[in-house]
Amino acid sequence: MEWQFFTEVLVGGLLSGVMYSLVAIGFVLIYKTSGVLNFAQGALLLFAALTFVSLTERGLPVWAAILLTLAAMTGIGAMIERAVLRPLVNQPPITLFMATLGVSYVVEGAAQLLWGTQVHGLDLGIDDLPLEIGGVLVSSFDLFAAAVAGAMVAALTLFFRYTRIGLGFRAVADDQLAALAVGLSLDRIWTAVWTAAGMVALVAGLLWGARLGVQFSLSLVVLKALPVLVLGGFDSIAGAIVGGLIVGAVEKLAEVYVGPFVGGGIEGWIAYVAALGFLLIRPSGLFGAKLVERV
Amino acid sequence: MTDLALAKATASPARRFSPALPGIGLLLVVAYGILPLVANEYLFDAILTPFLALALAGLGLNILTGYAGQVSLGSSAFMAVGAYAAYNLALRLPGVPFMIDILLAGVVAAAVGLLFGLPSLRLRGFYLAVSTLAAQFFVQWVFNKVGWFSNNSPSGIVSVPTLSVVGITLDSSAGRYLFALTVVTAVTLAVWRLVESPTGRALVALRDHETAARVIGIPVLRVKLLAFAVSSFIIGVAGVLWAFAYLRTVEPAGFNLDRSFQILFIVIIGGLASLRGAFLGAALIVVFPLLLARLGEALLGGLFDSGVLEMSQRIVLGLLIVTFLITEPAGLTALLDRAWNRIAGRFRRTGLPITG
Amino acid sequence: MPRPNSRTLSVKAALLGALLGTAALLPGAAQADEQYFPLQSYRVGPYAAGGTGFFGGFIDYLTLVNNRDGGVNGVKLTWDECETQYEVERGVECYKRQKNRPGVAAWNPLSVGIAYAMIDDVGRDRVPLITVNHGRTDSTDGRVFKYVFPLLLNPYSESSGIVNYIGAREGGLETLKGKKIVVLYHGSPYGKETIPIYQLLAEKYGFSVEQVEVPHPGNEQQSQWLSIRRTKPDYVVLRGWGVMNPVALKTAQKVGFPADRIIGNVWSNSEEDVIPAGDAAKGYTAITTQASGAEYPVLQEITKTVYGAGKGNLDDKKRIGSVYHNLGIVNGILNVEAVRIAQEKFGKRTLTGDEVRWGFEHLRLDPKRVEALGAKGLFHSINVSVANHEGEGRVTFQQWDGAKWKVVSDWIAPDWALLRPIIERSSLAYAAEHGIQVRDPAAEEASN
Repeated sequence: MEWQFFTEVLVGGLLSGVMYSLVAIGFVLIYKTSGVLNFAQGALLLFAALTFVSLTERGLPVWAAILLTLAAMTGIGAMIERAVLRPLVNQPPITLFMATLGVSYVVEGAAQLLWGTQVHGLDLGIDDLPLEIGGVLVSSFDLFAAAVAGAMVAALTLFFRYTRIGLGFRAVADDQLAALAVGLSLDRIWTAVWTAAGMVALVAGLLWGARLGVQFSLSLVVLKALPVLVLGGFDSIAGAIVGGLIVGAVEKLAEVYVGPFVGGGIEGWIAYVAALGFLLIRPSGLFGAKLVERV
Repeated sequence: MTDLALAKATASPARRFSPALPGIGLLLVVAYGILPLVANEYLFDAILTPFLALALAGLGLNILTGYAGQVSLGSSAFMAVGAYAAYNLALRLPGVPFMIDILLAGVVAAAVGLLFGLPSLRLRGFYLAVSTLAAQFFVQWVFNKVGWFSNNSPSGIVSVPTLSVVGITLDSSAGRYLFALTVVTAVTLAVWRLVESPTGRALVALRDHETAARVIGIPVLRVKLLAFAVSSFIIGVAGVLWAFAYLRTVEPAGFNLDRSFQILFIVIIGGLASLRGAFLGAALIVVFPLLLARLGEALLGGLFDSGVLEMSQRIVLGLLIVTFLITEPAGLTALLDRAWNRIAGRFRRTGLPITG
Repeated sequence: MPRPNSRTLSVKAALLGALLGTAALLPGAAQADEQYFPLQSYRVGPYAAGGTGFFGGFIDYLTLVNNRDGGVNGVKLTWDECETQYEVERGVECYKRQKNRPGVAAWNPLSVGIAYAMIDDVGRDRVPLITVNHGRTDSTDGRVFKYVFPLLLNPYSESSGIVNYIGAREGGLETLKGKKIVVLYHGSPYGKETIPIYQLLAEKYGFSVEQVEVPHPGNEQQSQWLSIRRTKPDYVVLRGWGVMNPVALKTAQKVGFPADRIIGNVWSNSEEDVIPAGDAAKGYTAITTQASGAEYPVLQEITKTVYGAGKGNLDDKKRIGSVYHNLGIVNGILNVEAVRIAQEKFGKRTLTGDEVRWGFEHLRLDPKRVEALGAKGLFHSINVSVANHEGEGRVTFQQWDGAKWKVVSDWIAPDWALLRPIIERSSLAYAAEHGIQVRDPAAEEASN
């Protein structure tokens, strides 16, 4: 059944897209407050997953491992913010970007120095058995991942809409100077943001770790998130979600329906090309701020 | 989000150190006259030749990023284009002298660069940077996919033909080094002329304020594309050196994203909008990790296994990059300038004559 | 005014001076009777799991020979490691540095890219380059590639071995007619290398083959496996690398493709490839040239004397007897035996690289000799000659039961006769392109 297969590919793509969104949200949080494209996000994701797995393998209960990992992530985030981003605050964005690349070396090195380079399996207890809904194959694990992502986005939205710190975050994202002028504490807000980013890294790390195994390659998933960011805008959580869905769907449909004509394996770049094509129509992404200068 | 004038902080300092021509002359004497006599194979093949190739790539990216203010994360794709173009030209047009092949390879890279530079007409900042990744991944895919480019070699990795120019075979380490040196010197001089020309100033104007540049009558679109083309040409030539003078094999995996980041590091750490910057940055990026590795091995080799050492080096390297960016965001060039000015200042106070 | 270039080289010269200063701290000349193995290892980066296992096993075996026998006929074996992170230019740097130490026996980079970059150099420096289980297929033709040895198995033989196994499992090669096989390959030169061979084998045995690419690094395979699910092949051959392998197994489970119908190649056959996939890997089968497990006498000895004395190379003792560790040990056996064979001809002293090359070209270990070496069942045999640098290695297949690999086949011979003409076509083209004089094996054997 052709339409069934099409639906399968589409649904599979959308669900993969959710996984990309998860990584992209981490970028967005940091970008919104600090204006940094934080390339170390992949390394943080690796660090979180590796720490969690190593702790549970040493016999810690899951909740304790999660708490400890989260504490570690917050600590690292605060450290990056204090020691790296703050001294660079007036530098051009490209310098900041390179600095986060340097940070990613440090975090990757530290993660592997601490926990070793071995490959770990990560079992979240979700059986990934094929599930047919109306003749269309859906992965139960992907559904679970989508639910987790949904819950996380909801939590973030509530946090930013209804808590003092969250509102402060939005104020800082809108206008840093004005936020300072009315006496908001940047320190607390930045700490909160890095904690949130650490939490996102942990969730994304666990879900991706369950798919790939916890290993060095985990840090490469950032490459899947970048076209999502371009498409959705660097500073929009909604954009990251929608962008992820689009990228996932486009990628899979293109691979299945266009791939065979050019030899396949086009997934690696098709998302970038699609994002690029889209940008030429809308230079600041789907939901990005319109401040990007146009020629 | 405010304006992403990505290279703003590095307006050229008013005073540069050292007299130009005697300095360059001396360097060339050392590079041509003394090094070939004293250096061994290790120095040539593991340090000098890759240094030259990467410095040239850095020079090319500096045109685009340092002078014209456009960030590219796809530099190594253009190296790959240059390398594969030269390989195929040498293979398929055996009668053509290799010097012509190099130029043509550069032209091919420039054409591809022009194509991937088109989005810059609409995009800026990180949006442009990330979209250059399209070039990075697409080019790698094409060379991997289309067997013709690697002469249908079963494994897709090709050994390049022996380097020979005007009938002289440059097979030895020293020969390949001298070849790379000559190419790099020639290109560097040409770039020097370019950045001193009105076109070069148009690039800088474009970087500093695009709208203002337009107001004073600079054809912004043309200049932008020119920057992409020239930059890709130079990076393509660097790719030829990488493949023919240095590794003597070509494979798509060698031109990956890490290489692009490496070139970007060279430019940022060396100093944006400075010709010296590319050389200083490349020297640091090529030599420093080796030094670190040797040092770690010599001091701690007995205590830890090589994996632990390597991971520690990665941490040290990352920390150094970050520290460097914080303490000297304008790059090694600025560092040297300041050092020179201090020395010159001291001379001035003591009343000694200074040159330059 | 900017000054291009100025002062650059003097700064560089200063750095170089410092570098040379440090280089002087390196160990100096080797002692009189030492044979040195330079190891371009990789213990960091995406492929660290393979590197630590392989080089760990290699070092463990060399340690065993030193401790037990005092080296090879009194010649001590030495080695040092140079980290490459699997990157070609780091490998080249290592080569240029390590080759200056005297007594180099052979190079074992375990990386196709690094091996390619060394082919010219080992020819000039006259030292053998060993690419066990992988490498450039046409270097099997020793008449052209005098110093390169893809020992035991080249990529073509691997493909043929896999098809022979599937045939055997189905009840004979003739039953392959009308069967459908999908080859899922890594989007890299390595992955693509066997495309023409599977085509050839498909024509010969009458099965249909579809070859599907997974783009690097392979952390997303939804679309490929949905297509496979639609095609409903009898078997899927997994030609993966790194993270692509566990993801393939997991995605197969997701679309309901049975793991015991997936056959992995030599870079998809390790514990590191299956453990991250968890239960999805149960029943998965993969080719290997060396069985895993620590029950073989040579491994017992290594466990007892080397690890017992705290001199083992692996951090995690649980990895003793794993696929990569055992490959390293087998590689150690092959290298050491080549040195031993060469010593019989040239004398019990430090040999030159060219003399060790002669040893490799006469590396003939029949099952009896393999048993004497304590490796019965670990690997089958090898039979290298001037013309055949691969040495007719046999392969076997192991199935993952969720905790360990279990051998499920005999030692299978690939169809070398079918592959040889294709290999020779390629090697002779290389010889013509590079102006290499093709050696005459008969004449060389006679003169020896």
